[in-house]
Amino acid sequence: MNQFVTAVLTSLSSGAIYALMSISLVLVWRSTRVVNFAQAGQAVLTTFIGYEVTVRSGSYWIGLIAAVISGAVVGAIIDRFFMRPIFKRVKSGPIVMIAPVVATLGLLGLIQAIIGFIWGFTYVSIEAPVSTDGYNLFGTVVAFSPFNLMVLVVVTIAMLLLTLLFQKTNVGLALRASAFSPEIARLSGIRVDAVRTLGWAIAGAAGGLAGMLYVPGSYLHPNAMDVLLVFGFIAAVIGGLDSLFGAVAGAMILGFAVNFATSYISYKLVFLTAFALLITVLLVKPNGVFSSSKGRKD
Amino acid sequence: MEFSLQARGEKIDMKNTSVRKRGLIFIAIGWALLIIGDRVDDLALSQGALVATYALAIASIILLTGYSGQLSLGHSALMAVGAYAAALSTNNLGLSPEIALVVAAFVTGLFGLILGFGVARLSGPYLAGTTLALAVSLPTIANQFAILGGEQGVAFDIGLPPARFGEEFSQYKWFFWICALAALIMIWLISNVLASRYGRIFRALRDNSVAASLSGINVGRLKVMAFALSAGVAGLAGGLLVMLISGVSPSAFPLSLSFSLLTGAVVTGVYNLKGVMLGGLILVAIPEIAESVVSRIGGSEGFTVALPGFLVSALLILAVVFTPNGPGHLLHKKKH
Amino acid sequence: MSLVVENLTIDHGAIRAIDNVSFTVPAGQLAAVIGANGAGKTTLLRTLSGLKESKSGSATWNGKSILGVRPEDLARSGIMHVSDGKSVISELTVKDNLALSGLWRKDKKDVAKATEEVIEIFPILGQRLGQISGSLSGGERQMLAIGRALIARPKLLLLDEPSLGLAPLIIEQIFQTIKSFVKKMDLTVVLVEQNAVGALKIADEGVVLNLGSVVAVDSAANLLNDPVVRSAYLGF
Repeated sequence: MNQFVTAVLTSLSSGAIYALMSISLVLVWRSTRVVNFAQAGQAVLTTFIGYEVTVRSGSYWIGLIAAVISGAVVGAIIDRFFMRPIFKRVKSGPIVMIAPVVATLGLLGLIQAIIGFIWGFTYVSIEAPVSTDGYNLFGTVVAFSPFNLMVLVVVTIAMLLLTLLFQKTNVGLALRASAFSPEIARLSGIRVDAVRTLGWAIAGAAGGLAGMLYVPGSYLHPNAMDVLLVFGFIAAVIGGLDSLFGAVAGAMILGFAVNFATSYISYKLVFLTAFALLITVLLVKPNGVFSSSKGRKD
Repeated sequence: MEFSLQARGEKIDMKNTSVRKRGLIFIAIGWALLIIGDRVDDLALSQGALVATYALAIASIILLTGYSGQLSLGHSALMAVGAYAAALSTNNLGLSPEIALVVAAFVTGLFGLILGFGVARLSGPYLAGTTLALAVSLPTIANQFAILGGEQGVAFDIGLPPARFGEEFSQYKWFFWICALAALIMIWLISNVLASRYGRIFRALRDNSVAASLSGINVGRLKVMAFALSAGVAGLAGGLLVMLISGVSPSAFPLSLSFSLLTGAVVTGVYNLKGVMLGGLILVAIPEIAESVVSRIGGSEGFTVALPGFLVSALLILAVVFTPNGPGHLLHKKKH
Repeated sequence: MSLVVENLTIDHGAIRAIDNVSFTVPAGQLAAVIGANGAGKTTLLRTLSGLKESKSGSATWNGKSILGVRPEDLARSGIMHVSDGKSVISELTVKDNLALSGLWRKDKKDVAKATEEVIEIFPILGQRLGQISGSLSGGERQMLAIGRALIARPKLLLLDEPSLGLAPLIIEQIFQTIKSFVKKMDLTVVLVEQNAVGALKIADEGVVLNLGSVVAVDSAANLLNDPVVRSAYLGF
């Protein structure tokens, strides 16, 4: 019973972090039709900024806010000054399909190298604002700590805010319209380019938040978010790259699968489980579990 | 749809003459390398061997991405599969090193076949992401199986050069000969395949898979085939690499290797094989350039470690932006 | 206030889609642009609304050039293009689709008023506000697309084949509705249509295109009665 409860709780909290990454990837995918691999680098960069602010100000929360804001700024800058020119330049030839993807890969390497320049490759850590010792449940210590609970709460709040933004505001409607049909949005007078940059900013902010929530449990270094990127990607694929709801659901499914497999079978199965899940979804329902069957062309 | 006569600046093949011509070119290159090999020192020889190995690996990327349009970030993992296969064949199965290399190619090819089945229906970002997952997870998975030697990995020793070459024949020259020969032969084989009907079919596949399938081309089967071939070549390159570094460990094939290979392919033109040698040269040169930059202007440890990666990434971005279709296209004034 | 197109030439890849076309639509008039499939009519509209680039020539509205301007900027300055087929975002509700044109407008009260007026013109939309647009019938979708354009209070309306794929009865309804609100709102309209007769019947003037070139420009009435035009394009 104890093991089951622990597994559920850890699944929820890892799923929550995967969800932030997958939301970030889906946001960019929907608005730009690109999987932003550079997100791993952006998130690490903004987390380092959060780390610096935390160290200097002595407060994790101020660092968190700094990370989120810088995430938004970096995301916007990348769209405006990197992606947009690339889309303009590469308009023909067979490389059109893969050029933006390759560009984000190059950007990932670039950002990681720049982080290495500034902060080096030694591992750094950020202290959590609340205890990372497991709760005492039913008389035994469970592998779920106040920090894990905090992560769950923060992510839930973030999701609610995002949902409100998208469903109830004019900006959200503009974002959705621009993602569904840039042409119709333009013809309606919506400045689609600016809206897209906003989408990247939100995605960047989500990534920054993910980093700050992820690192206190582990270490920060230029490659720290590679695994999280992959898991975010797998979660997004499971849920269907087109759906924000799918991104969250996919993340939860992945979180549960991985945590239950490692908890009940073997701790070595983390990657194999994730990979198996990915391949299964790609073979059975390539558009994602939650997408409508009239999947959009990628 | 006349894919076979598509005039993208390509001549219509007169097959037999071309095969002969290509063969002669490769033999000429082989002779040149042999002669050069006799005249340079061990350092240049070991670097040359590395260039040949990278060139071969880049060829595998070009085969997959440039010709069948599938983007893979997992070739570092494929090379690792070949490397482990080669190492385990000599150590655990007692096979001779040369056979081990062949085994490496086949095992990885088989792996690529299976993987190819899984990803054949994917395109663009899905494929990239899946192969990325493979590359990222491989070091960890390799770590977990005892037979693969954990963190330390497995040693691989190709042995000394045959006695008949005399005492002057150094280990590094032997490496150079093996790598250069293997690379030459494989690339020649690949270029033959690509110049044949299969090459045209691959290109049709890459340019417009819908139209290709309407022309009766079995898209799925071809993609899987391309994947398996590419994997086999990458596996061989992995075996060669592990020979050069005398052993394989999880850290020898990091994700950054996949990026480097992709960069090498894109920079020198991902659509044909002509640039692989140059690509290999660039990959070997970058760490050297980085080293000399650091020694000249100094810098923190972080700077030193990160500089090669920075150069590779910057190169990749520049290549994608300025020569997306390969540098050859810069010289073509005509628009496609 | 008029639309003046002069020597406009537009390429579509290697094909010259529009070749040296000139015509004028005076303010408040409805011009029907007719011609067979492939005559370049859609390409013409897409260039006028900023979605496509032209090769040479000019097009001005109120004396200001509208070529090479971003579609969203043209839309904001009163030129609305209702493109053919997929002019409605299927994943959004009717209410949200209608709201798109008003998102950038500062005068929210007027947007609400305009929305009411549009619902008066197309009552069925009012009944379907909460429905997902993908589930609307073809005719309803067309009404939604036109309605959305009208909410922006345009001065120049570019309509691309509103009758495409619709049942004859609905086509009749739509044409009549267009004629009436055009009069009421004092709009200038370029109506591209394959349904040449229906279009000419509600138009003030007509432009006949064939393979990208202008074959005839005249009042709609004259075109309807011209025997050459009739046999070649009107089928009677």
